[in-house]
Amino acid sequence: MNDLSKLKVSSSPHIRSSSTTRQIMLDVVIALLPALALGVFVFGPRALTVVLCSVAGCVFFEWGYETLARKPHTVNDLSAVVTGILLAYCLPVTTPLWMVLMGDLFAIVIVKQLFGGIGKNFVNPALAARAFLLASFAGVVSVFPRIRTSLPIFATPVDVVTSATPLSQMKQGLLPDVSVIQNALGMVGGCIGEISTFALLAGGIYLIYRGVISPRIPLAYLGTVAVITFIFPMGNDNIQWMLSQLVSGGLMLGAIFMASDYTTSPITCRGQIVYAMGCGLITVLIRYFGTYPEGVSYAILVMNLFVNLIEKATMPKKYGAPAKVKGGTKLEK
Amino acid sequence: MSQTFKGGIHPDDKKDLTSHKPIELLPAPEKVILPMSMHIGAPCQPQVAVGDHVFMGQVIASSPAAVSAPIHATVSGTVSFIGPMDHPGGGKMNSIVIENDFKDELDSSVMPIDYSSMTADEMNEAIKNAGIVGHGGAAFPTHIKISSAFGKVDTVIINGAECEPYLTSDHRLLLERPGEIIGGIQILLRILGLNNAVIGIEANKADAFEGIKALLPADGSIKLVPMATKYPQGAEKQLIKTLTGREVPSGKLPADAGCAVFNVDTAGAVYRLFSQGMPMLRRIVTVSGPDIALPKNLEVRIGTPIKDLISFCGGFNEPPTKLIMGGPMMGVALYTDEAPIIKGTNGILAFAEDSPLHISDPVCIRCGKCVEHCPMQLVPTYIYQTYTAGRMDECLKYSPLDCIECGACSYICPGKVPLTQGIRAAKQKILSANRK
Repeated sequence: MNDLSKLKVSSSPHIRSSSTTRQIMLDVVIALLPALALGVFVFGPRALTVVLCSVAGCVFFEWGYETLARKPHTVNDLSAVVTGILLAYCLPVTTPLWMVLMGDLFAIVIVKQLFGGIGKNFVNPALAARAFLLASFAGVVSVFPRIRTSLPIFATPVDVVTSATPLSQMKQGLLPDVSVIQNALGMVGGCIGEISTFALLAGGIYLIYRGVISPRIPLAYLGTVAVITFIFPMGNDNIQWMLSQLVSGGLMLGAIFMASDYTTSPITCRGQIVYAMGCGLITVLIRYFGTYPEGVSYAILVMNLFVNLIEKATMPKKYGAPAKVKGGTKLEK
Repeated sequence: MSQTFKGGIHPDDKKDLTSHKPIELLPAPEKVILPMSMHIGAPCQPQVAVGDHVFMGQVIASSPAAVSAPIHATVSGTVSFIGPMDHPGGGKMNSIVIENDFKDELDSSVMPIDYSSMTADEMNEAIKNAGIVGHGGAAFPTHIKISSAFGKVDTVIINGAECEPYLTSDHRLLLERPGEIIGGIQILLRILGLNNAVIGIEANKADAFEGIKALLPADGSIKLVPMATKYPQGAEKQLIKTLTGREVPSGKLPADAGCAVFNVDTAGAVYRLFSQGMPMLRRIVTVSGPDIALPKNLEVRIGTPIKDLISFCGGFNEPPTKLIMGGPMMGVALYTDEAPIIKGTNGILAFAEDSPLHISDPVCIRCGKCVEHCPMQLVPTYIYQTYTAGRMDECLKYSPLDCIECGACSYICPGKVPLTQGIRAAKQKILSANRK
């Protein structure tokens, strides 16, 4: 007699892929590490402090909210870690740590948990928190220290020597005073995690290789920015202008890591392309005509709001659906 | 150059456990258990009584209903019991048990059929009387498939995809008995009055291409098309799309796309019927999985208890946690090994660990992978969410009835949401509401 006492009966399929939410988030964390290395190299050890503080804050607020609300704990899925890193990446290294924690609280509790937690929020938590900090403390989170300055590791830096970023120069219609290569390497002022195009691209290639993201959103986003800035350059050198636009500011970070956020982007393939092209268009409009030099975070936040609508308009044509003829009437079979 | 369809997944196929193992004949069991339903359609009524002596190949149960398939004694011997027995599909089913006398005395009806002067209808009647049903798993009566194809179909498709992980019974058949398959296809073409058949085989069975190619008739009536190795390549609709570019219209049958699809082993069964007179008495079953000591491909009598196959394969390595009839993607989880092999059983799989990564709080993170991989281009997560929230009107807009229940969405979901299970429940709810 065979021992069948342990047999379980369940609905098919009986095998599952090894991919889990936790594994995906871990891959995103890994993909973000090269940018962190560059951030620490360019801005010093305080960059690491800000990132770790932000991660700790997000994890703590997630745990704390779920404990108080008596909800199942989701800290293990690592999504709060990703939010923490992303928020820190779009802040300047000089941001006071209490302000970082305030952003964490806003991202995790107000944007994510109050709407139902992972998978339910309708805007990107890190970007919404950045927008919140920018609206509240514009004078602090939109000034950038010169690169390779010595900063206190924990205390709030005072009397920081600031520098122009490539984006603020382009806002004047000028090409940045650094070369495109230097700019793409990350030897420029800016937020902690956004400066190095190469480091972010390396992370993006890793994510695509691991199947975590599809190239649709990053390519459609970057492609749209490239095409518009090439056709409508400020100045004469449209190639230099386009390349400078692509490697400057938060575009790479936004296109690879923020716009591709699962929860706040369309789940339909065609919808993802429409959404990413919208992100690209709004980014350029803000960079050209807006008050702020940078438009990536607002572009993505605005497009987040259109996700539902875009999905409805881009539902896949199911297998075997009747072919549509002109005028929208269905073909009789 | 291999063709394929849109969507689908690439699970580890695990076929190397048995793909190199020749088909072995399982010795006939001491008794066979023949449930009155091993096909889609009306169950049969016993035509014998306890104590009757039956010959191998004798009809022991049949049904007057149009959609059904008669059942034959798969051994010679004595009917010892008629009543409810464990059915591998779950629950109990009226069954005929025959004590084997190990003489394999053939019924007088079993003799080669000279079909040279037979009409198509007469040949199809022979297939009906032989109880042949689709060998791929669903066990749809073959004669119904043929009669519904008359006049509508221009292409016969032969399914050699065998896209379910672990299963290798079709692969071995292609390697070892290509003549039966080609012979069966020629008979099917003759019945349907067609001269166009396409055999689709996944690229992971490339070693079977040569043997089939060598036997393809010179007139080009049968073609072999290599297909990409992707699940669910062997699902009827995806196979038709791959091989003909056509889509079966929503809610319709393959015949509405001009195609009749037969499994390779169904073609083999048709050949064995006409060349030897054999009704459906045996089939090839892959016994595999990490918990089977010696995985094998076995040719077994229909009605053989599953436990006989398992002990022939060295038993379980440790007490199993999952015993599956069919493949791991669409198969049925069994709660007993006393149930018999039935006409649609292409595999018996055993697993000892908990099937990986069942988590307690499945959450949709809107990654969109179910949408990207759905071979029917549906939106599984929205069908699931609207159904579980009780919003059936909204659920219907996402076309749950088009779901083929292949399991690709549940497989790929990183949040481990039981999407297929939920969609299946939604379909049942809609279908039972429609019946009222």
